[in-house]
Amino acid sequence: MAGLSARLAFVASVQDPWLRWDWVGRHVNVIWEATTEHVILTVLAVGIGLLISWPVALIAWRHPRIRGPVFGFTGTLYVIPSLALFALLVPFLGLSVMTAEIGLVSYTLLILVRNIVVGLDSVPPEVREAAQGMGYDRRHQLLGVELPLALPAIMAGVRIATVTTIGLVTVTALIGEGGLGRLILQGLINDFRTPLVVGAALSVFLAVGADLGLALTQRLIAPWSRGRAS
Amino acid sequence: VRFFGEVARWFLDPAHWEGTGGIPNRLLEHLAMSGSAVLAAAAIALPVAVVLGHYRKGGALAINVSNIGRAIPSFAILVIAVQLVGIGSRPAFIALLALAIPPILTNTYVGLSEIDPEMREAARGLGMNELEQLFKVEIPLAIPLIMAGVRTSAVQVVATATLAAQVAWGGLGRYIIDGFSQGDNVQIFAGAVVVSVLATLVERGLGLVQLLVTPAGVRHARRRTAKAQRSDIVVGT
Repeated sequence: MAGLSARLAFVASVQDPWLRWDWVGRHVNVIWEATTEHVILTVLAVGIGLLISWPVALIAWRHPRIRGPVFGFTGTLYVIPSLALFALLVPFLGLSVMTAEIGLVSYTLLILVRNIVVGLDSVPPEVREAAQGMGYDRRHQLLGVELPLALPAIMAGVRIATVTTIGLVTVTALIGEGGLGRLILQGLINDFRTPLVVGAALSVFLAVGADLGLALTQRLIAPWSRGRAS
Repeated sequence: VRFFGEVARWFLDPAHWEGTGGIPNRLLEHLAMSGSAVLAAAAIALPVAVVLGHYRKGGALAINVSNIGRAIPSFAILVIAVQLVGIGSRPAFIALLALAIPPILTNTYVGLSEIDPEMREAARGLGMNELEQLFKVEIPLAIPLIMAGVRTSAVQVVATATLAAQVAWGGLGRYIIDGFSQGDNVQIFAGAVVVSVLATLVERGLGLVQLLVTPAGVRHARRRTAKAQRSDIVVGT
């Protein structure tokens, strides 16, 4: 039934232009809300992802024996298709923000944990010894020496996690969330191109903007990483 | 607990194992669609990337393709493909193909262009011509990265093929999408389990293939340089 109506609508859409500015003009509020929701879903996911990844990565870094299981588990989560991961949660949490966020956070873990561990690993042993020689205790060594040196790799992870999450948020439209994904889905269902073009374009802008913004932040807070994190 | 019992009963129901809507047929659809998209992507991306990587030209292009690929949501690609060619299997194939190309292209390019120049010189010193150099030295050395690209691509394609149920194509996503519209949690969950198992098996299976096609010499060299192996792990940029 859905197939038939979609096909009929498709025939009607032959004349549908890709972008109707009058629609955009009348729906600025809707577009703004969708964009804000998209940003909030993304920031929450990457933020919570970092809060979970940091301790997990630290433990995995200090105890190489548990690295295998940690990478294995986060890797398995990463491989599960997004729609399936949301679907696994829906029977228990319903079509909710909770379902969307748990799914989105799960995808950031592999990227963040791996990049934090690799970043900390890349600190040269001489530097570590020098820090110890200067009387740094473990905590100061981590925060004052190792973290700054690992920052380029960590930020690379944050950038990839953010861009990936922005894309995945659109999928959550299928479970009733979605930010800009709502517009894309609306375009598909009503077979009206303008919302879907607006949704897709803004999602790409968000991804590119976030990537550039994070790259710039990295340069500002860690000027020593310039040129290293390519 | 009762819920899991119902899921188990769903799987045991013979009606879910036969016909167009049965698991075997949906699985086959899903695999055939994903497989043909990845193969077609490899057929397009491999030659281009091998040539570019060999001459070390167009690096910025090869890297940007994957960055752009990551920025465009796969769901948007799918919906735009529907606008171009209508609903059904064609937009699914086009979208999956478009998604599958970037990882293969970028990894193959990086694999070839980052080969130690001394290796190339040694090959030339042995009297190899350019084609022999390419096929006997450069491609074998790049195999681990090339296969990693194919693997990434395949995992993404299997995932996005699930979404294609939303644009009136079959595949395993049907259970999830139909489950959503019918409010049938058991079907949603069961479908999600099948898709997850398939994706995991594809990833593991290709990992095995990667090991098998990596030349023994390259494998040993990699094991010795544990550092190099660790650097594979860094995702992207």
